[in-house]
Amino acid sequence: MTTVEAILLTVITAATPLMIAAIGELVVERSGVLNLGVEGMMIMGAVMGFAGAQWTGNAYLGVVIGILAGAAFSLLFAFLTLTLVANQVATGLALTLLGLGLSGMIGESFVGQPGIKLDPIVIPGLSAIPFLGPVLFSQDLIVYASFALIFGVSWFLFRTRAGLTLRSVGDNHVSAHSLGIAVIRVRYLAVLFGGACAGLAGAQLSVVYTPQWIENMTAGRGWIALALVVFASWRPWRIVAGAYLFGAVTIAQFHAQAIGLKIPSQFLSSLPYLATILVLVLISRNRRLTLINTPAALGKSFVAER
Amino acid sequence: MDDKRSVSLAVADGPQRSGSDRAPLVETIGLTKRFGELVACDEISFDLNAGEIHALLGENGAGKSTLVKMLYGALEPDEGTILWRGVPVRLANPAEARSLGIGMVFQHFSLFESLNVAENILLGLPAGERRRGLADKIRTISHDYGLPLDPDATVHDLSVGERQRVEIVRCLLQEPQLIIMDEPTSVLTPQEADLLFVTLRRLAAEGRAILYITHRLPEVLELAERATILRRGRVVASADPKRESAASLANMMVGAKVGDVERSVMAQRDGEARLQVKDLSAPASGPFSIALKDISLAAHAGEIVCIAGVAGNGQSELFDALSGETRARSNEAICIDGVPCGHLGVTRRRQLGAAFVPEERLGHGAVAELRLSDNVVLTRHATADGLVRSIFVDARTAGDVESRVVGDYDVRIARQDPEARSLSGGNLQKFVVGRELDRRPGVLVVNQPTWGVDAGAASVIRQALIDLAGSGSAVVVISQDLDEIFEIADRIAVISRGRLSPPVKAEDASRESVGLLMGGIGGQSEPSGKAGKPDGRAEIHAA
Amino acid sequence: MPLELIKRPEHSRLMAIASPIIAISLTVAAGAILFAAMGHDPASALYFYFIDPLSTGWSLEELVSKATPLVLIGVGLAVCFISNNWNIGAEGQYTFGAIAGSTIPIYFWEWDSVLVLPLMMIMGMIGGAAYGAIPALLKTRFGTNEILTSLMLVYVAGLFLDWLVRGPWRDPGGFNFPESRDFSEAAILPSLTGGAMHWGAVFAVIAVVVVAILLARTIKGFEVRVIGQSGRAGAFAGFSRARMTYFAFLLSGALAGLAGIATVSGSVQQLQPVISPGYGFTAIIVAFLGRLNPVGVLIAGLMLALTYLGGEAAQVTMGVSDKLARVFQGMLLFFVLGCDTLILYRFRLVRSRGPHAPCVSPANLKPVKDVP
Repeated sequence: MTTVEAILLTVITAATPLMIAAIGELVVERSGVLNLGVEGMMIMGAVMGFAGAQWTGNAYLGVVIGILAGAAFSLLFAFLTLTLVANQVATGLALTLLGLGLSGMIGESFVGQPGIKLDPIVIPGLSAIPFLGPVLFSQDLIVYASFALIFGVSWFLFRTRAGLTLRSVGDNHVSAHSLGIAVIRVRYLAVLFGGACAGLAGAQLSVVYTPQWIENMTAGRGWIALALVVFASWRPWRIVAGAYLFGAVTIAQFHAQAIGLKIPSQFLSSLPYLATILVLVLISRNRRLTLINTPAALGKSFVAER
Repeated sequence: MDDKRSVSLAVADGPQRSGSDRAPLVETIGLTKRFGELVACDEISFDLNAGEIHALLGENGAGKSTLVKMLYGALEPDEGTILWRGVPVRLANPAEARSLGIGMVFQHFSLFESLNVAENILLGLPAGERRRGLADKIRTISHDYGLPLDPDATVHDLSVGERQRVEIVRCLLQEPQLIIMDEPTSVLTPQEADLLFVTLRRLAAEGRAILYITHRLPEVLELAERATILRRGRVVASADPKRESAASLANMMVGAKVGDVERSVMAQRDGEARLQVKDLSAPASGPFSIALKDISLAAHAGEIVCIAGVAGNGQSELFDALSGETRARSNEAICIDGVPCGHLGVTRRRQLGAAFVPEERLGHGAVAELRLSDNVVLTRHATADGLVRSIFVDARTAGDVESRVVGDYDVRIARQDPEARSLSGGNLQKFVVGRELDRRPGVLVVNQPTWGVDAGAASVIRQALIDLAGSGSAVVVISQDLDEIFEIADRIAVISRGRLSPPVKAEDASRESVGLLMGGIGGQSEPSGKAGKPDGRAEIHAA
Repeated sequence: MPLELIKRPEHSRLMAIASPIIAISLTVAAGAILFAAMGHDPASALYFYFIDPLSTGWSLEELVSKATPLVLIGVGLAVCFISNNWNIGAEGQYTFGAIAGSTIPIYFWEWDSVLVLPLMMIMGMIGGAAYGAIPALLKTRFGTNEILTSLMLVYVAGLFLDWLVRGPWRDPGGFNFPESRDFSEAAILPSLTGGAMHWGAVFAVIAVVVVAILLARTIKGFEVRVIGQSGRAGAFAGFSRARMTYFAFLLSGALAGLAGIATVSGSVQQLQPVISPGYGFTAIIVAFLGRLNPVGVLIAGLMLALTYLGGEAAQVTMGVSDKLARVFQGMLLFFVLGCDTLILYRFRLVRSRGPHAPCVSPANLKPVKDVP
């Protein structure tokens, strides 16, 4: 395998969790809800994914448990913000803080244990194609799932009635309610989906990326995923571009050291965060673009008039 | 109901005219709705026949919107019964109402700005609806009924009149037997309103019933066969408009005779120009706002200049430019008492003696969660009223001012110094206007002074404006309400698509001429600049 | 749902005070359940966690010492949150302030003067304020979301500190440990009582008093509240949203920076890769628990400091994970937010509604016309 192939493979692995978490949050935000708890849901998915793999001895089951953990955790957020109409920003932060603490506690007994890795699924025939083969067609299930999610969400949002309904709720929840749309129910479902995605992304980290549990191993990826949604102007396919861009930046630190560049490792490690800031600034400079694409009801609380 | 019903406009079975011995199409018995302690609807009983245009009349706050929301399933009644074709029904949500055949066109449109016309309409249709073919149906039906629409247009590009068409076509596509229209003409020019009436009469001729909510009496006289009049949540009269006059209907609506505003004939109307606006232009601040173009206006001491216009033609932008929230390009574009202030902010303009009352009470003119005394400080902290001493806010003085304003302008409050949001619309508006008038400003600019305000409060506010002008100040009123304008204006100008027509004396203007100007200097209700989109122009000119 | 929310016409004064108390009670109850689930006796666990740390003078000093940065940062965050500026990066401003203030003892370690400490504190404040100015600039100039930018900067600051402490600022006589040289006597914030409580506590109290007066009495405080409630009304009042963003971020950045240098100088007395157990984030909880009121923040800061202490105590006495502190803090914030709903809304059981006459649901009505 050539160096280029190796680099591409690592980029894909780094980009995948970002992509999955971001597409989940995109659906949530399209429904008008701002869930800043992605980091918390992701870390819970990571710890429970790892734990699940250890308990069952099966990496796939571990991933499933990670997904369920993310979804269950998001239910807390949904209850507080949709039923109790609490402030969405503060609740999202609370979710992250709680998630980081809880996962640290749960994961304590797992620190240092080797994990069970998810094997790549090799697609016969296609994977023999030089260059493209190993890169595209012998990835693990989660990578395929990430692209399937992008396809699925894109189709759902723009080609189905249910997706139209969800977008309408994010545009104007008052109008949606007066048309008889069940705003709260739509949002609950969206938040759960976002939680499941974040859980999957976290599980990918602990079961594929580094099959290990390390405290705070998400290292801010949940926040980067939030930035990605803004960067993508809430359009699914742009998330792919953003995620891979960030994946590349994240990987740069390892490969730069390998090449022997004399840059302090801390600087390389800070590249993804600096890149996030840069990207956010560039996107928000275009006020018109932002105004047109942002779901108009984003972050606003909704209480039905009865 | 049959979900697989194809969406075409089927004519209801047989011609049905009112007065036949069939059961009424819809009837309410003792319908009641409370919001906390407020009884919005109190034992309302009335009925409606198929093929009838029935007006629901009442001033702001009488309970009309609440009543129809119950008919539409958007609110649940606390007591009472709704009968549909003689059978009592319970409408848990709008979808059930729609499946019965009740359609509603809202006053405040239930539209989604970022979606296109077809998607907006689809969302109002039952779940089984097909997307394919919908665009064609929309085209056909909208043209058919004189309300042409382009299914692919995005709603935020549409004018207000066109948005209303989307609402109506959305309603029509479900073959409603009863169409409820909530204040439809409040956003239309008089000419557009005439067009609408043609459509309504046609719908009634097809056998549908139309429940038409309004507080405008001339429309009732022109359009309705029967009228039910609400006051403070109760039915106070049921009238035959053919036998009534505007005055008698007004009496029934309001009860006692509401005092006419008194204009002092002696008021000097030609004093020096206290507010001078010259060639004020401003680019559109965002994709949804209107650019101002070469606006010129002078308001003299003792006079009230009214700026008429349909919503969305630059009123807010003009207000922001006059108040100083947006600065002008040239300092001389705006002068207050001769002092150029185009570059100055709102605080400096207030210090020059100007005062401003914006359209939105909560979230602009006042802060909902703050007490009234704090809301006094909001606009008067820098105008030497004793509210701020060095860096400290003087709460005692603020309380004094608040009490004075509440007393002078008859602001009804439940407890001492309440939060702004606990006041009713009319009372809050009286407070906001009174807060500024209490300063005796030399120049006052008001945007929609009595929008959503009950008749009593509206009368107080209009009289206060007149009195202020009478004392030598210049008053500029931006309003969508032609009745109000003709009641208080000395001179009238019209704002349309960001341009201002030259002001004319009120006695030289007619509702028709103003209406034409409102319709557009250079075209009416045109889609904003996109080629090839249908608009109603041909029909209007032919009318 | 059998329950529904009805908006109150006014804020409930009663609930504004009761809500934090209810939230704390719920947290303690949840904690008891958690302890029981982990196999410990809830009562003694709660005792060791919450009561025992208050029982000795020494640990009370520790309490104040830990509460100091929480209160300093929390007061600044209160101003931010009231004005709708979401400064989530206080942890980064704390770090940067610590770095800025530490330049003196690190580069001028021989300087022995009474000026050293005040200078360090001022530099810490400037450093924190400057770091806080970055998200403010991005928000006002470009409209960039300050939550994400301030948060990203936390990671950057942490990495910067890590590099400094392992690289150019590493103690030359320190056997290659990743830490800076020890601060000289002149650079150590003195203790107030000989114990762990240092002058930082005084700064915290002063901050509480000043900001309390600012918010309650001054026109600036009025401005903070108005802009936070409604940017449009603030503009109408003549207040500048952009200036307020700078004010809020610079103030909270400075306070966070002060907390950073005070803690490093008073408690740690050198720079290390980790100089905070997450004070900047816990301070967010402190701000909310304290209802965004400086005096409330003072009380809340002490309470949350207790959770830190309790975590350490419980670990020693019962072997409970010290991560539990984080869990308690997160749960507390959740309960606070949930209980806050009661301030603006109240619950009502959905009554069985509508008319008592027999009614038909529209689905059961016969179709009236034929489909063509």
